[in-house]
Amino acid sequence: MNETHHLRRMTIIWIVLSVAADLLFWFLVGPHVPPGRMTDMATSNQFDFNVLFVIAIPVLIGVWIYLAYAIAVWSAKRGGPEPVGGEAARTNRTAQVAWITITSVVVIFLAGFGTVELVVNHGSGGGEGPNPVWSPSGAIKAETAALAGTGTWSPNSNQVLPVQVIAQQWKFTYRYPTFGGFETSQLVLPVNTTIAFNVTSLDVIHSFWAYQLSVKADANPQINDVAYTTTDQIGRFTVRCSELCGIWHGSMYNYGSVVTQQKFMQWAQSTEAANAANTKFLPPFAWTYVPDANGAAGGYYPDGSATPYSTAEIYGSKQPAS
Amino acid sequence: MTERPLATTGEASTASRTPWTQRPGWMSQHLGTAIIGGVLGYLFGHWLGNAISGNYAYIVNSGQNSTADALALIFGVVGWLLGIGALNYPLAKLAGRQPEKETELNHWSKYFRYSTNHKTVGLQYVVGVLLFMFTGGLLAMAIRTELLNPTTHYFSADTYIKIVSEHGTIMMMMATSIVVGPLGNYLVPLMIGSRRMAFPRIEAFSFWIFVAGYMVIFSALPYGGFPTGWTGYAPLQTQAGPGMVSYLFGFAVIGMGMMAAGFNIAVTIINYRAPGMTWSRLPIFVWSILATAALLTLATPTLFAAGLFGLLDKTAQTAFYVTEHGGSSYLWENLFWFFGHPEVYIMALPGFGIVGEILPVFTRKPLFAYKVGAAGMIGVSLLSFFVWQHHLFQSGINPDMRPLFMLTTELISIPTGFIYLVGMGTLYKAKIRFEIPMLFAMALYFNFLIGGVTGVFLSDVPVNVTVHGGFFVLSHFHYTIMGGLLFAFMAGLYYWLPKMTGRMMNKKIGLWHFWTMFIFFNLTFFPMFIIGLLGQPRRVFTYAKNLQGLNDFSSVSAFLLGFSFLIFFFNLVWSLYINPQKAPANPWESLGLEWQTANPVPPYNFERIPVILTDPYHYSEASAPAVADLGGDERVPAVSSHDGSGVA
Repeated sequence: MNETHHLRRMTIIWIVLSVAADLLFWFLVGPHVPPGRMTDMATSNQFDFNVLFVIAIPVLIGVWIYLAYAIAVWSAKRGGPEPVGGEAARTNRTAQVAWITITSVVVIFLAGFGTVELVVNHGSGGGEGPNPVWSPSGAIKAETAALAGTGTWSPNSNQVLPVQVIAQQWKFTYRYPTFGGFETSQLVLPVNTTIAFNVTSLDVIHSFWAYQLSVKADANPQINDVAYTTTDQIGRFTVRCSELCGIWHGSMYNYGSVVTQQKFMQWAQSTEAANAANTKFLPPFAWTYVPDANGAAGGYYPDGSATPYSTAEIYGSKQPAS
Repeated sequence: MTERPLATTGEASTASRTPWTQRPGWMSQHLGTAIIGGVLGYLFGHWLGNAISGNYAYIVNSGQNSTADALALIFGVVGWLLGIGALNYPLAKLAGRQPEKETELNHWSKYFRYSTNHKTVGLQYVVGVLLFMFTGGLLAMAIRTELLNPTTHYFSADTYIKIVSEHGTIMMMMATSIVVGPLGNYLVPLMIGSRRMAFPRIEAFSFWIFVAGYMVIFSALPYGGFPTGWTGYAPLQTQAGPGMVSYLFGFAVIGMGMMAAGFNIAVTIINYRAPGMTWSRLPIFVWSILATAALLTLATPTLFAAGLFGLLDKTAQTAFYVTEHGGSSYLWENLFWFFGHPEVYIMALPGFGIVGEILPVFTRKPLFAYKVGAAGMIGVSLLSFFVWQHHLFQSGINPDMRPLFMLTTELISIPTGFIYLVGMGTLYKAKIRFEIPMLFAMALYFNFLIGGVTGVFLSDVPVNVTVHGGFFVLSHFHYTIMGGLLFAFMAGLYYWLPKMTGRMMNKKIGLWHFWTMFIFFNLTFFPMFIIGLLGQPRRVFTYAKNLQGLNDFSSVSAFLLGFSFLIFFFNLVWSLYINPQKAPANPWESLGLEWQTANPVPPYNFERIPVILTDPYHYSEASAPAVADLGGDERVPAVSSHDGSGVA
């Protein structure tokens, strides 16, 4: 069999299998690929997953077919002609140039595609740190108002809802600055709303991973890590810590829910009222918290990112024990 | 004051005394004296630490003093090195004395001594890395046992996380040396036509400090372990107990060994090549080791510094990583991964070199696109310094950097792809002999492809949101390191052990080993991609109930994978001791220079320094030139073809 026949046979097998596998994947598996479609980030990240799979499948199939073909056809046990050495067997300019060109084009396309998806989708649900560069419309305004204590949110207002995620060994709690800054262990979100998650930690590094929302942001002490998503579907989602944070890291999870805007409003207002007695003892809302000078028994104070940095602002109505 | 006369030559000073390496019994230096030195050093360091900082107990009222713990380990390592004789030469020089001449015993006990013979060091490394691998593997079995059930726990959460941390650290440290140590040290001089390494004492030092590092990292367990995983993130690191000191210092100790080994091998390759061994004739394995050595030398100092900063935080109350005192946890993350990602390629490149060396032998074809392959290795090692922040995509670092690091990470696929071009081109229209080394080499191409392709998923920032920190990434790096490097190491052992030991490995047992390892490796780790995609984070001891089936499948496969290693160890014992079969001088009919020396290899490798006439890949070439002129009438013949019957 001459050279052309080997390559032609492999190419035909490769094209047939790749097209079939890609089509099967795209239509049968693709819609079920994580993280689902609960938010705009999840939908776009699922699309990214599927694009990558559709490119990866022919690559995998190509190499596997080649290896299988080599094993089946060029085994010494089959006899066959002696291999030919010499310069022709050492190098083939066409093959080398084609290989390098194709891999380069694919890789550069993937990098470009990933960049576009990242920018267009406002960071794709990943933590952008304290100074996000790909914010959705209205997010910065809502965040600024939240810090000043003037933020509001109401159904059908199309406002961004800031939610603070506070991680500590080994639980997540959530503060809602637009509802008086109450803190709760329940994460409830309104549907069709852009959420600005502000993730921080009180101790070690954790990672807030809201799986079905396609949000993941590390919780660093004294850092505000911001991630965005827009809820599209009502339902329940899982929150897990995805950064090793000590012995009970495996138990650091809970569940959240996306509900209608009206239900959310009812829940937020009732929780704000129910928690009011506790909320007044919390430190003033801030993006980060640091244990105070009184040690473990003390509260937490803002890190000074809000100016002016005064004792009154640090401690609010509570004065530190002398 | 009378001046002590200086000896003028090594011969003069040793004429009246037996060299220390040859003294009998208690007078000589060996593993036993190293242990004694280590214990004495440990006790002294502990006493000193308590004496100088007794008022600074690490945990109030606990009686634990991290300064004492750190000094105990530091002096323990110094005592170990003194005991084995690693410091004899520099101390003699410092004292103005002529150091004793180091000659090697022709006795099995040489493997327990400070040997400057690169072949002895290579075999010491074989045993050392296998010991690392065995203990790390046992810990892996414990992890998979715990993950059999999401609610019934075999270990406490505390014990489990310490097992996970120790497993990761031991395996990563072992993997940095698994090829460079045993095969790099043994084979590089033979392959480049040298009689020795450039710095034999540094070579021996790299091995004995590697062993010390192993013990230091394991000392974390009696200290109560450490909860940070192998990545050791601060502030969890700062919060952790005294076992963390072992981790931080252990990394620094292993780092010293890595730097020493890398520097020595790089200098050897650059300066000790035989006449005619031009860069374009260098075996591809040597190229891979050179690229790895460059990474070891340049990346490891960062780890060393990072470890020392952490050690200072724990002992001298500095605050490099303590956020509330002005430090930054990001400093550790960046320093660690600035080393950590080149380290990934420290663990990948030697594997590529091994299979590149093996394929031509078993296909009877020249290595295809040799220059592209060598360029790929250099390209990978250069690019590997520019990708580290992909580990921090979700960490909150400056988001502007993400497109750049996504691009650099994906670009590294291009030179990595060269390795596949080399492999597939060499297989083309070949006459493949499926001996055990070849099977393992082919398995690397299968496994590493899955590891490489899934790496592209991880480098894509949007997709990274779902796969970072979960079982997907865990499976990905096991596919690259275990599926790539470890399979290549096995290929290398089956291929070169006949040269190193003079014994053939049993083929039937080898086949059992290969197939069980290949099948159960894939059955263990492939389901983990799905487990990760379904939302299971890494390093958890409990997980969602609906993932138990997949986890159980993975665990049972892992136990069988562990069994495959027992088959390998049995094969080693069977083939080397129980039923040894003498290896022919060149059992695989290789053109490689290392196979042209006598079996066993003479102390100085070559009677005369060979003159290299061409590269070692002229297979199936009727008019191929001889590979080398070994002196006298000897010329390495070019093997033109093979009847395909195999050897073993």
